[in-house]
Amino acid sequence: MGASSSTESNLMASLQRNLSKIVVAPSFAASLFFVYGFIIWTAWMAFSKSRMMPVYDWAGLRQYERLWQMERWHVAIENLLIFGGLFIVICLFLGCLLAVLLDQRIRAEGVLRTIFLYPMALSFIVTGTTWKWILNPGLGLEKMMHDLGWASFKFDWLVNSDFAIYTVVIAAVWQASGFIMAMFLAALRGVDQDIIRAAYMDGASLPRIYFGIIIPSIRPVFLSAIVVLAHLAVKSFDLVIALTGGGPGYSSDLPATFMYTMAFQRNQLGISAASAMMMLATVMAIIVPYLYSELRGGKKNG
Amino acid sequence: MKLSKSILAASVGIAALASASLAHAEPTAEVLHWWTSGGEAKAVAALKKDFEEHGGKWQDSPVAGGAGDAAMTVLRSRVLSGDAPSAVQLKGPSIQEWAEQGALANLDDVAKKENWDEVIPKRIQDIMKYKGDYVAVPVNIHRVNWIWSNPELLAKVGAKEGPKTWAEFNTLADKLKAAGITPLAHGGQPWQDATIFETVVLGMGGPEFFQKALVDLDEDALKSDTMKKVFDEMRQIRGYVDPDFPGRDWNLATAMVMNGKAAMQIMGDWAKGEFLAAGKVPGKDFLCSATPADNGNGFLFNTDSFAMFKVDGEDKIEGQKLLAELIVGKKFQKTFNLLKGSIPARTGVSLDDFDDCAKKSAADMAADEKTGGFLPSMAHGMALPGHLSGAIVDVVTAHFNSDMSSDEAVNRLAEAIELAKD
Repeated sequence: MGASSSTESNLMASLQRNLSKIVVAPSFAASLFFVYGFIIWTAWMAFSKSRMMPVYDWAGLRQYERLWQMERWHVAIENLLIFGGLFIVICLFLGCLLAVLLDQRIRAEGVLRTIFLYPMALSFIVTGTTWKWILNPGLGLEKMMHDLGWASFKFDWLVNSDFAIYTVVIAAVWQASGFIMAMFLAALRGVDQDIIRAAYMDGASLPRIYFGIIIPSIRPVFLSAIVVLAHLAVKSFDLVIALTGGGPGYSSDLPATFMYTMAFQRNQLGISAASAMMMLATVMAIIVPYLYSELRGGKKNG
Repeated sequence: MKLSKSILAASVGIAALASASLAHAEPTAEVLHWWTSGGEAKAVAALKKDFEEHGGKWQDSPVAGGAGDAAMTVLRSRVLSGDAPSAVQLKGPSIQEWAEQGALANLDDVAKKENWDEVIPKRIQDIMKYKGDYVAVPVNIHRVNWIWSNPELLAKVGAKEGPKTWAEFNTLADKLKAAGITPLAHGGQPWQDATIFETVVLGMGGPEFFQKALVDLDEDALKSDTMKKVFDEMRQIRGYVDPDFPGRDWNLATAMVMNGKAAMQIMGDWAKGEFLAAGKVPGKDFLCSATPADNGNGFLFNTDSFAMFKVDGEDKIEGQKLLAELIVGKKFQKTFNLLKGSIPARTGVSLDDFDDCAKKSAADMAADEKTGGFLPSMAHGMALPGHLSGAIVDVVTAHFNSDMSSDEAVNRLAEAIELAKD
């Protein structure tokens, strides 16, 4: 009897010790399998001859070769560079500007902050559909200007294959810049007020204080913001589908929409997997250096 | 130990009971489809009713979304896990692709009993058969190469009916444009661009050229001067659509013709459903005519069908056979096609209740079948498997939405097909 109760308490103790591990284990196993397992499987698919159904015949780098020979993939990659580049730069600029302006202890800051942050609460589908209506020349902005009497006004980017990708930038910036503003605002509020007061005492002007002291001191936030924006850009799919549907033609295709088309409409699982691996490589190129610098920084602090 | 043994015994007993009761169960069919709205949903409900009246048990598996993309994803995972549905809405060469995987059931005994070889058009039989055996059943025939026009607007420029040749089409469109009327209602989505493209290929090149270029993918035909002329005409047509066309859904384009905002639309006869649903009368409120034919008449068909997958169990196999028999049966073909706006995929169905456009469609089909003009649509996945038609559609839509020259377009067309093939 005594022996059994002691094993029981031992059991309880070890259970308590390992409780956190036991609780985390299922989700750990799930993510190991469903995320990393499927990444490996996709990598394998990209080396196979798969078309409609997954098959495991080795095809070497043939799927990658075919991928890079496709005109449509080049359009998608080019669009990603245009979209990603502009999206990140404009969001950072606007977010930073809005944050600095809001930081001036103005009235109704809470209301304004909510207004700017609110687009982030919408799904990309809603943003895309709304902007589709606004930018459609026959329905939205252009028609309104014509009705108001400005007959020469022209804004047909949405239906122009050379400019359609820029409408995606507009909608994405509208959605994300408020969020970036919130990140910067939090960081600005965290800057040591004593340094700023000291700078005031020394007679530094406000722009000088921002450019010389505050913005350099919130540098890590820039890095986080870039990482957040970059991965939003690489994975963006629903916004394009809702806004332009990849069109006109396939002129506003992005790698994610390309991959979807190949896998689910064209029965080209191999090419699709290869394009997914290219996207993964792009994200890794951004995330890995970031993680590296973060982890190294962590060690230095610890 | 004892407990687990008795549980085992009990479960074996239950399993035995269950399988015993299944063996005597009614014919069962699980049907995977994406007809979930409007006339299509009604049409499926008609099939379900018919099936149940014949003592069958219907298991509905609708998967909406993405024009069947979502359903195909479900199908792939179900076949991979060895749990295929009995009947799946599948069409064109994808039937052959699934048959190659060895996933489809043989329907030859039903076919013999019901005499399918006699009543189903030959060209459609070819699609339903794999190595000579029936593996799928057709439910309807849509004609793709129609021009839907607004008689009032045509009358304004002195025209009474749709154009007969592409030269006539251009003249008519120029007149309409000069009169301030948008000649062509079009939605700038890749499949709609491709729909116009294939009707131009058929019209300018003729049925034989269509077969060579878009079915056999003959390189000489693809790079021929005729194909260049087709792309020239596409460029011409680009000038006849209104500036807001990109991304527009086909039914909104149909509404433009209906409401007098545009004179014509090139679209399959599912567009007729929109007119009829709005209470419009064919011949009076709207006209249907075949797209221009410079080189012999043609009929591009788009056939929906159900492929029968291999299933286990007597009840399921029985259900599958019953379903196949009913689908090709006269009664279902009539009810379904009245609801869907298409025409029956078999002979011997009375067309008395159908509208004038459907009657014209059936008459043209019979005539074109004899002359070899009855051809599978490329834009709607009847002629080529997805990776090949997709490659063509990419080039067509890129050309239509840019200032690409016709020479470049034919070269890209040949390249894209070469790349997709290997």
